[in-house]
Amino acid sequence: MNITNLLFNLVNGISLGSVYAIIALGYTMVYGIAKMLNFAHGDVIMVGAYICFFTMSKLSSLFAPGSLAATVVPSLAGVLLAMVVCTVLGVVIERLAYKPLRQAPSLAVLITAIGVSYFLQNSALLLWGSEPRIFTSIVGSGSIQLFGGQLTVAYTTIVTMLTCVVIMVALTLFTGGTKMGKAMRACSEDKGAAMLMGIDVNRTISMTFAIGSALAAIAGALLCSAYPTLMPTTGSLPGIRAFTAAVFGGIGSIPGAMLGGILLGLIETFTKSYITTNLYDAVVFGVLIVVLLVKPTGLLGKQIREKV
Amino acid sequence: MMKQLSPARKRLLDNALTYGIVIVAYLVLQLLSGAELLSSTMEGLLIPICAYVIMAVSLNLVVGISGELSLGHAGFMSVGAFSGVVANVALQQLIPVNSLRLVAALAVGAVMAGFAGFIIGIPVLRLRGDYLAIVTLAFGEIIKNVINCLYIGVDENGIHFATNQAALALAEGGKAVVKGPMGASGYTKLSSFTAGFILVLITLVIVLNLVHSRAGRAILALRDNRIAAESVGISATKYKMMAFVTSSVLAGAAGVLYALSFGSIAAKKFDFNASILVLVYVVLGGLGNIRGSVIAAALLVVLPELLREFYDYRMLVYAIVLILVMLLTNSVGIRQFLAQRFVRLGRVLSKRAMKGVEN
Repeated sequence: MNITNLLFNLVNGISLGSVYAIIALGYTMVYGIAKMLNFAHGDVIMVGAYICFFTMSKLSSLFAPGSLAATVVPSLAGVLLAMVVCTVLGVVIERLAYKPLRQAPSLAVLITAIGVSYFLQNSALLLWGSEPRIFTSIVGSGSIQLFGGQLTVAYTTIVTMLTCVVIMVALTLFTGGTKMGKAMRACSEDKGAAMLMGIDVNRTISMTFAIGSALAAIAGALLCSAYPTLMPTTGSLPGIRAFTAAVFGGIGSIPGAMLGGILLGLIETFTKSYITTNLYDAVVFGVLIVVLLVKPTGLLGKQIREKV
Repeated sequence: MMKQLSPARKRLLDNALTYGIVIVAYLVLQLLSGAELLSSTMEGLLIPICAYVIMAVSLNLVVGISGELSLGHAGFMSVGAFSGVVANVALQQLIPVNSLRLVAALAVGAVMAGFAGFIIGIPVLRLRGDYLAIVTLAFGEIIKNVINCLYIGVDENGIHFATNQAALALAEGGKAVVKGPMGASGYTKLSSFTAGFILVLITLVIVLNLVHSRAGRAILALRDNRIAAESVGISATKYKMMAFVTSSVLAGAAGVLYALSFGSIAAKKFDFNASILVLVYVVLGGLGNIRGSVIAAALLVVLPELLREFYDYRMLVYAIVLILVMLLTNSVGIRQFLAQRFVRLGRVLSKRAMKGVEN
């Protein structure tokens, strides 16, 4: 095991983990407030990636190839448009499919979420076809050389990690400082009491879905920059892994989602390069099971005592 | 006016109705098949229908009766399917009669899946709610991943396991049965519709008798209030494990039936989506309602085939139907709206929903 190889895996693991963390945030925030497992979240990622892809391929022909504008403007516009579309999509899904089921048993909501997931996947299949599209990275295909060329780090990797840090800081400030953020924390603590204090619970839940879906759009663009094949089913597997990450860190906890995502990315990358290339899924899920057995509510989850 | 029936009588009639529906459906399909009125796709669906009915009934035992959400039920089907296929090939010489070998394969598949259920049940049943669900999902993925990397061969010395084909080191005349990601292929098909029908009946006998036994009442009590049930001396681990293992045994048998009705089978067939599909049957059929599971599974296996004309749109329609059914049966607002517009329909729906809450 040489040191540059180790560093290389470390950087890639953190980068992959950052994508998982961004997706996991969407799962964990929605779970924290609406107490539901939003299985359609992975498919919102896919929609975001498609929107970004089409915007970028439309716009990139408008600029002279090789110029700075040709790399910056289309990607920026693509990500922003994807965020807008996904935000609207997330809010609409919540309004139409989940809001009528606020009082329903959680299993009914889960099945509805699965229905929404099928709906998004099959709509994408009809709209955009099943043939895979090759996504061009939003930050170009360049890379930087470190340690005299021994370690190559792609721009995508760096941008992914930076984005993750920015999002983490922004979300911490948002939930800690702003009025809406405090309302969110209040709703996740006790919805009834929050309502009595004059908090508009429905608006807060919509806002949570909006933020989660906007993050999903960013995650979609970053995910497809690193793994460029884009298909209607692209979102489902990373969705499940990110969901695992959210549970790993303690579902409902924002720092937990971050920690869980990054650990999961590291475990996956290191297993792939040092242990086995085929069984990494089994290792990832095995670690999850062991963690849940030792700490049944995840790494940073709150222990809730059961009342009779 | 109908005479008030005693609970025991009512249960007897209720069970008789469930068996009756299955038997009549079998006879009608058998007649149609004999008269060659079924299309070839329908003909090919008969055994999968039986397999999915068993899957749905067995999952209902865990999700509906025992109240634990399981998202990895297809994993047990997978364990059963592959051990059944290996047993089929390994016993080829020993038991030349096909029907007897099917019984042996079913037994092996069921026992292996039951064993897997027991091993998995130990950690899983310590957890609660959504965490339990995610761990069953994790086990389902692990089973899929492991079988996807497993090579199993049979020769005169016995059964060999390895992680690649060369390492199997089979003797002359030996045969690699399971080949990692390629799955298993080239074995004799043994399943028949009649075998599937008998297996469905056996499943119903096992589950209905379990539910109405002393153990079944204990399982229901644990579902409704674990702490209260434990405080009167019901062992949560024992009874939850009983439901979980029974369910995985039945899923294993369904897996054997399913795998042996095709000429080949691969591990990726039994993924997360397969587990979800069965869960959808259970929820649409009604949690805890065994008859509902049977009907929902049978109809929903056939539905995509009926929608074949709208081939491109069928999964989209399926998704929309799923969402609408959930909204109609569970949303308070929509139910009230319907109750005002269509008084009778609303009454039926709210009755059903009330039942759902009670269950």
